[in-house]
Amino acid sequence: MALKTEHMVLNMGPQHPSTHGVLRLELEIEGELVNKVTPHLGYLHRCFEKHAEAMQYNQVVPYTDRLDYLASIGNNFGYALAVEKLMGIQVPERVEYIRVIMAELQRIASHLVAIGSNGADIGALTPFLYLFRDREHILSIIEETCGARMLYNYIWIGGLSHDIHPDFVRKTKEFVNYFKPTIVELDNLLSFNKIFIERTANIGILPVDTAINFGASGPTLRGSGIKFDLRRDDPYSIYDRFDFEIPVGKGLMGTVGDCWDRYNVRIREMEQSLRIIEQAVDNIPEGDVQSAIPKRIKPPKGTVYKRVENPRGELGYFIISDGTVNPFRVKVRAPSFVNLEVLGELCKGNLVADIIAILGSIDIVLGEVDR
Amino acid sequence: MGLLDKEFSDGNIVIAKVDDLFNWARLSSVWQLGFGLACCAIEMMATSMSHYDFDRFGVIPRNTPRQADAIIISGTVTLKMALRIKRLYEQMPDPKYIISMGSCANCGGPYWEHGYHVLKGIDRVIPVDVYVPGCPPRPEALLEGLLKLQEKIRNESLRKKSA
Repeated sequence: MALKTEHMVLNMGPQHPSTHGVLRLELEIEGELVNKVTPHLGYLHRCFEKHAEAMQYNQVVPYTDRLDYLASIGNNFGYALAVEKLMGIQVPERVEYIRVIMAELQRIASHLVAIGSNGADIGALTPFLYLFRDREHILSIIEETCGARMLYNYIWIGGLSHDIHPDFVRKTKEFVNYFKPTIVELDNLLSFNKIFIERTANIGILPVDTAINFGASGPTLRGSGIKFDLRRDDPYSIYDRFDFEIPVGKGLMGTVGDCWDRYNVRIREMEQSLRIIEQAVDNIPEGDVQSAIPKRIKPPKGTVYKRVENPRGELGYFIISDGTVNPFRVKVRAPSFVNLEVLGELCKGNLVADIIAILGSIDIVLGEVDR
Repeated sequence: MGLLDKEFSDGNIVIAKVDDLFNWARLSSVWQLGFGLACCAIEMMATSMSHYDFDRFGVIPRNTPRQADAIIISGTVTLKMALRIKRLYEQMPDPKYIISMGSCANCGGPYWEHGYHVLKGIDRVIPVDVYVPGCPPRPEALLEGLLKLQEKIRNESLRKKSA
């Protein structure tokens, strides 16, 4: 005999421990099965785009920090590249190298939180503690350089706020050596954990064409098996000089594009980031990191779009300049916002408990979704 | 535990003032509402995790306001969120405490001037006990904020009704 179920609307968030901030999901459920998921946004709308119009170009940099607050350096990087492209500034080699190393360190730090919270949401709290321990190593390296733990304001237009400290190279190498076995430890602890695989494999499968049609990017797209990474496909800065691979989802534990694949892509990306850091850290040339910073930032009239590969995907800045010291318009193409759109597709027909696993595997940051 | 077992094996009594006993119990188990708003929430998480270990002060995140003693407002409060925070606060049982963490929650922070959708300080909605400055505050600063809150609880009295 089939059990009678009732159509019901359930609210999840904005105060919910697993919504990664203040996301509110409206679930339409039939018993335990989810029919429809509607994300409601705007609980963290901080007026970035309006704000940028009131600021001068260099004053916008600290606000870009606060978009994707887990990967601040990546945000600074994209904005600085966009304005530099608009003004035609060539930055010194030393700056390029330091920027890449910092961006990759930040990518690891960001993925650590993403992986940890994904695990913690579905019941594995222990890896979370381990990963935050490792994250502190990265934060202390960056903090010694620029004085901040999370929101750095480090990459300026045409240069950097501080040169690296003398111990930087040694400490970064130490971290790389420390972190390599830690990834193996993490694999044993979480990736190949039977319970974790049961909760994530074959759950929330994102087919290739759906991912492309929704404009997903970053690990969400690569989890579905597409080798697309802006560091290789639209190289910016000096990424074309380094040798690294682009990990994609292969369906090792289930189907291509399931939660486990997206999770695994992040772990393998951390290994590749270590490779890039290793190649870059020995070759930092001498020079002045502030020599190319313009005295007065007043770009010519025109528009520019620059995109970078942030830990969460393609982060793009579209800037319209009207020839004054203030940008006329700064539009952000936020990867979390675009990736969040696939949530409705992924959750259809899944159990309520799996929504947490799916949301964790997409890895959104609300600061970037709402801006 | 061996010492304590011997101490209390034959029904000893402990004499204490009610105020002291209550305050001691309250200040050493400040259960916070596990509630992150924005950037500061990541620092709050870092404080709870292995390196800084909020647990040693008795701070454990609870996921429902009905089991929480304190709420840490960690991040930018938008106008849309302010109403929800007020409701969360009202659901908490007395005595309840509030730590305002970071510039945004204190006064609007960097969004003070042009943030048309940002509340200029959480104290316009709910009463705040401790303000922790910083953008975001370091975990050490948050720990200091908690110690200040414990100091405040230590000086409370049942006769003088606290707000």
